[in-house]
Amino acid sequence: MADERDDAPIATSKRSDKISEATNKLVEDRDDSLVGQSVTINRPAAELFAFWRNFTNLPQFMDNLVSVEVLDRRRSHWVVKAPAGKTVEWDAHITDEREGEMIAWASADDADISNSGRVDFRDAGARGSVVTLTILYDPPAGLIGKVAAKLFQREPAIQARRELRRFKQFMETGEVATAARNQRQLEEETN
Amino acid sequence: MRALTWHGKHDVRVDTVDDPEIVNPRDAIIKITSTAICGSDLHLYDGYIPTMQAGDILGHEFMGEVVEVGTGSTLKKGQRVVVPFTIACGSCYHCGKQQYSACDNGNPADNQDIGQELYGQPMSGLFGYSHLTGGYAGGQAEYVRVPFSDVGPIVIPDGVDDDKVLFLSDILPTGWQAAENAQIEPGDTVAVWGCGPVGLFSVQSAFLMGAERVIAIDHFPHRLELAKKFGAETINFEETKTYEALMEMTGGIGPDVCIDAVGLEAHGLFVDNVIDQIKASTFLGTDRIHSIRQAIMACRKGGRISMPAVYGGFVDKFPLGAFMEKGLTLKTGQTNVQRYLPGLLTAIMEGKIDTTFLISHRLPLEQAPEGYKMFHDEQNEVTKIVLKPGLDRFAA
Repeated sequence: MADERDDAPIATSKRSDKISEATNKLVEDRDDSLVGQSVTINRPAAELFAFWRNFTNLPQFMDNLVSVEVLDRRRSHWVVKAPAGKTVEWDAHITDEREGEMIAWASADDADISNSGRVDFRDAGARGSVVTLTILYDPPAGLIGKVAAKLFQREPAIQARRELRRFKQFMETGEVATAARNQRQLEEETN
Repeated sequence: MRALTWHGKHDVRVDTVDDPEIVNPRDAIIKITSTAICGSDLHLYDGYIPTMQAGDILGHEFMGEVVEVGTGSTLKKGQRVVVPFTIACGSCYHCGKQQYSACDNGNPADNQDIGQELYGQPMSGLFGYSHLTGGYAGGQAEYVRVPFSDVGPIVIPDGVDDDKVLFLSDILPTGWQAAENAQIEPGDTVAVWGCGPVGLFSVQSAFLMGAERVIAIDHFPHRLELAKKFGAETINFEETKTYEALMEMTGGIGPDVCIDAVGLEAHGLFVDNVIDQIKASTFLGTDRIHSIRQAIMACRKGGRISMPAVYGGFVDKFPLGAFMEKGLTLKTGQTNVQRYLPGLLTAIMEGKIDTTFLISHRLPLEQAPEGYKMFHDEQNEVTKIVLKPGLDRFAA
């Protein structure tokens, strides 16, 4: 029999019990979902880390993020777009970080959308850096579910992939690609 | 502004739409002076390409005058430029390797999902060619927004006529890349399926790259005549058995290089083609691939196949066995236009390549829908239609 573990990232496993097992080792068992996505960006890891670590930069490419306020070295306040022009907010704190390599965070206990995760920046030689975003979040329900549906566009993996693509575009080209023909269309797209 | 918009199968209209504006720093706005209808636009016109939306502005072969620039553009107002149909950022890994049509960043992030699902990795951005490739407004209009204008457009020297350089936007570099992908060696015999613009430019390019003989295959006499003018031998597949003719014309060896410049709407009454058409019309398959099948069967052992032709979806009865057993090589892909522009502009200026022979009709933009119908229905006489937004109605 072949070994049941291979070398692929756990987020790509076909077996949900394996994913649960792995996530339960990281956090309390709350039926969290795990999302993992990687992108290769043609810039040095140190530069990407520095840009991301200054959380106030993130709304420049994360479409659903209204603002991030840095409260102190570890704590920050996040404001995210919700349906009908509303917003949802929460506090988060850094749980771990390694300069130029990794940032891990968790939302405060009373957050509307409980989430935690980490973003890793690894040197990839001539190709730049591999950035991996891993998010654990509670499956949404009720009103919060609607907000989360907007936040994650129903499929967290797709949303994470889009945010990473936009991060790549911004860091490699200095702008986020859009097919909008004018400012009005651009506003319609991002709202 | 006025623009040619897509509304459904065989339904294109000239509408009044919002003017484009500078949206991103590296943008420029171009006032269109010439814009062509491409054979691949007919795939959109015939409804073969998925993810089109009503109101989409078509057109990916265009040039004009710079009228506005963003802070990050290197262009200057008043310059005349030809714009590549591929939208490339110039700074990603693929652009660094001059694989501009594989650019990671030309396609907006949300639109990349479709390509990722369909093809495994997202496509780059193209002008006016469905939402699979970004949903960018095309250039069959009075004005167009050009992203990454510091990378794509090539500045045209004063005094050079539009007609001489317009085809740098797509079909000339596409024909050139087709020949380059075929890695032509001196003494080679090259067979080209399809004498549309790309096929005809492949014929010219193949000779410039050292081919000894080029055999051009089509069923439109006028197009075969054009191929003959550039020195090609011809096969009319309505009169002649193509495979048998190619074998005889090469002493039983088969062509060293086969170029498929036909693509997903291959014509002709062949059994496989009829089945493909039935499958396409019932959505069991999307592409009619008679030409590439025939190219694989005819190609000599160890030969090379180049496929500039556009395919969009799935095929069956692909002769994979022949492909493997004969040890063939196949290269294909959208064109890395930016890579070829400086060299091809020089070749045009030095008179080594002529592109003006191709233009059979010049129409005002307002008559674009008639142009589409003509190009679709009368492919013998109509080799290329150039739309001129500045031209008065009926002046052509």
